[in-house]
Formats: sequence, C-alpha cells, structure tokens
Amino acid sequence: MPEPLLALEKITFAYPAADPVLDALDFTFSPGQRIGLFGPNGSGKTTLLHVMMGLARPQSGVVRYKGREAQTERDFREVRLGIGMLLQNADDQIIYPTVLDDVAFGPLNRGLAPDAARELAERTLTLLGLDGFADRLAHRLSGGEKKLVSLAGVLAMEPEALLLDEPTGGLDPETRERLVAILGQLAKPMIIISHDWDFLAHVTDTYYSIEQGRLVRDPDFVLHRHVHGHPLGDRHHHHH
Amino acid sequence: MIDELLARGVSPIHALDARCRLAACLLLSLPAALAQGLAAPLGILGLGLLLTLLSRPPLGVVLRRTAAINVFVAFLWLFVPAATPGAPVWTFHGLTVSREGLDLALLTTVKANAVFFCVLSLLATIPAPALGRAMTALGVPAKFSFLFVFTYRYLHVIAEEYGRLVVAARLRGFAPASNGRTYRTYAALLAMVLVRAYDRSQRVYQAMLLRGFHGRFPSLDRFRASWPDRVFLCLMALAAALAAYGDWISRSGHA
Repeated sequence: MPEPLLALEKITFAYPAADPVLDALDFTFSPGQRIGLFGPNGSGKTTLLHVMMGLARPQSGVVRYKGREAQTERDFREVRLGIGMLLQNADDQIIYPTVLDDVAFGPLNRGLAPDAARELAERTLTLLGLDGFADRLAHRLSGGEKKLVSLAGVLAMEPEALLLDEPTGGLDPETRERLVAILGQLAKPMIIISHDWDFLAHVTDTYYSIEQGRLVRDPDFVLHRHVHGHPLGDRHHHHH
Repeated sequence: MIDELLARGVSPIHALDARCRLAACLLLSLPAALAQGLAAPLGILGLGLLLTLLSRPPLGVVLRRTAAINVFVAFLWLFVPAATPGAPVWTFHGLTVSREGLDLALLTTVKANAVFFCVLSLLATIPAPALGRAMTALGVPAKFSFLFVFTYRYLHVIAEEYGRLVVAARLRGFAPASNGRTYRTYAALLAMVLVRAYDRSQRVYQAMLLRGFHGRFPSLDRFRASWPDRVFLCLMALAAALAAYGDWISRSGHA
C-alpha cells in the first residue's frame, strides 16, 4: 500500500450549537483510489472535504498530508496546491469575468509567469473541449459550460488528486456524459460526492457513506452500469 | 444588468490600448473639471464630441445617456442662477437671478457635458474586465481594481438571485401595489439578497483559497501599446495641456 496522500485521524467536527457531524472519524485517501461518497443531505460529506482542505477546522483530531500533520493555514496552502477541489456551485468558483483570466488564477497563484500561466490555461481549456472559450464572459455561459470552466480552473493547477462536490448537479445528460469521459481519462485519485449512482459507477470504484459521523465502507453494495434505459438509473436500488 | 452597449463596438477608438484610453480620459477630464473660464471646457467638449463620433456608437444610446446626465444639469438651472449673489438680471417675486449665477450654471453645464463625452468615447468603450486590468496597469492598487472586477462579475449573479426571488414571490400570488405589505415584501426580498450575497462571499473566498490564493492578486497582463496608441495619448495630453494653459492665461489676464 503506498503512503496515503491524506489521512484523517479521530476527526470530530460540530457546527456551533449542534451535534457533531463528524464523530471521531478515521479515513485514508491513497494514490490510485477513486472513491464515491454518498449519503443523505446534511450527513457531513461536504464538511468532510472541507476538513481535508482546511476550510473547516475540526474541534479535535489530526489531518495528515503525505504523512505530515497539517495544522496552520500555511500547511493547508500546501495541501491545496497538491489537491484540487471543485465546489458544488460553479458561480462561487469562477471569480473573473472572463474565462481565461479565471482558469489562469490558480497557476498564477502557484507562481507561474503570466505567459506560462496563459499557455497552461489555454491547454487545459482545450483538454476539456472548451476551445474558443478563452475570451467568453462568465455570466454569459450556460450552467454546464460554467461547470466545465470551473473544472478547468481546478485542473489548471495540475493537482495530484481531485475532490469533487456533486459535479453532476444540474447538468444536462450531454454535459454529464462529457464529464464522465473527462474524469474517466484523468489518471488521478479522486473523491466524488454524488447522488448520481450511474455517474459514480462510471468513474469511481470504492464507495463510502457517512453514518452517525463515521465513514462506512459499503461492502455489500454493488454498483452496476446501466447499458439499457433504466428508470432507476440515478437512484439507489436492488436487483432481484 | 450591465449592458456595456458601447464596449463591444468596432472603431478606431476601440482599437486603441485600454490603458491609453483610460489615461487620456483622466488627462482630459482634469482641465475640463478644474477650469474657471468657459473656453477650456468648450474645447474639450468639442474634442469629446469628435471622439464620440469616431467611436461610432448607436445614436439611441448616446441620446438616452446625454438626456440622463442633463436631467441632473437641469436641476442646477433651477437653483443656481437664483442662489448665486451678483449683478441682478431679472427679479421675480423676491427671487433675483444674477449674471454670475447664469454664468456659473452655463459653465457647470459645459463642464459636465465635456467630461461626459470624454467618458462616453474613451471609458465606456472599454469592456469592464479590460478596464480592471488597465486600472492595475496604471498603478491603481490591486485591491481596488479587483473590487471593481468582482463587482462586475457578481453583480450579474446577485441580480439573477434577486430575479429568482421576485419570480418566486409572484408565483405565489404577490402583486406589487402601493401599500405597506408590498414595501415589507420588497424589504424582505432585498434582505434575502444581502444575506445570500454575504454567504456567497464566504464561499467565493473559500474557492479562492482552494486555488492557492494568498493575498496577492495576480494578473495576466496583455497590454501592448503600439505607436498609434502612443501618438493618440501624446495628442490627448497635448490637448489637455493646451486647455489647462489657456485657462491659466485667461485667469491671470483678468487679474
């Protein structure tokens, strides 16, 4: 087993005046893993990713990045340069009015020179089939285009691993297929939060849910791909 | 929301470097605003009109915006002539219109329109994202120009959010009228917009941190001033200097 990228040890996190959403939770995320994370709304999936990235600080427990304990904002800055995270809402992530500026934001923060950052941003747009989008205005993009542009912003940082929070939410079937193809090609470890079972079956191979503040691996849960039209394709169900 | 009706045209003005246009606009506005005589602002008004013509704007947009600015100017004509002491020209029911008052109102009108046409031809023709970059390039603090760029980016998002709230209210039978309940409803909608905008600002900041933001605003500089840009900026600087000098001469001539 290779050294884990991220390890969580006995993480407890509670929002003010509420029961803990994460309760002494243990977890490791290793190179090569493609994890699907599901569970009801409010079960702490997004919080878990935020704890990994240092956006939410747990009341107790340890976050380790490549074996080293991450505590300060500076430690987590290193985590964020190594692991990319895509937020649920693309409008939160696209901060510049024009696409190219936005995709270049991460590379520039990493310290790349403007010309190199622009080149990398353009290459990433091409990789996602977004040629010709460089000068498009963010507020004129469709929902699906915004999602792909925000993903380009994350991929342009050339992260070692990806955390994706409900990437297919609100996407039309065509954009969803594009996303499946893109993520299928990326040889990076990833954790994907999703309620879209069919999507998870295509791009991930290990499944967890959060129950009572703990991660539960789902051993008897078998995801199957739907080659035929299936009314339950996006729901959790059993075949008899 | 923000239409930028003039920013996406094709004209000799649009072809100029955004930094040069911004700098020229500032250079011309200063003597126009600070002049004491009528000649300098009149000259700059003429130049502004010429530049506006060169920028080939849709006539309707120009007329609408000129009317809007001159509504404010009209209010000046209501009060300034009577409120400024000086040689009486006309007396009506105890109100005295003075020569000095009329001069001042006329000067203000010419100044306002001179600056307006410079802004219309030189500033309004720059798309907001490029204006933000031009501001940074000209030495405006990065925080300030980013505030401008963020405002542009998120004004659309916030306006959409407000639109959705209004639709949601109307779908449940809300019809605006002139009564307390309508005002309370609008107040609640606006409060929701503020709360959501605050929440969003937190998420945007998180998204920036996730992409390695550490307090410095980077920029993809893409300005290249060619010789027409330099010639244009020199000409505008010359015109501004001429206007300032002329005004100074006429002032010291009187003294």
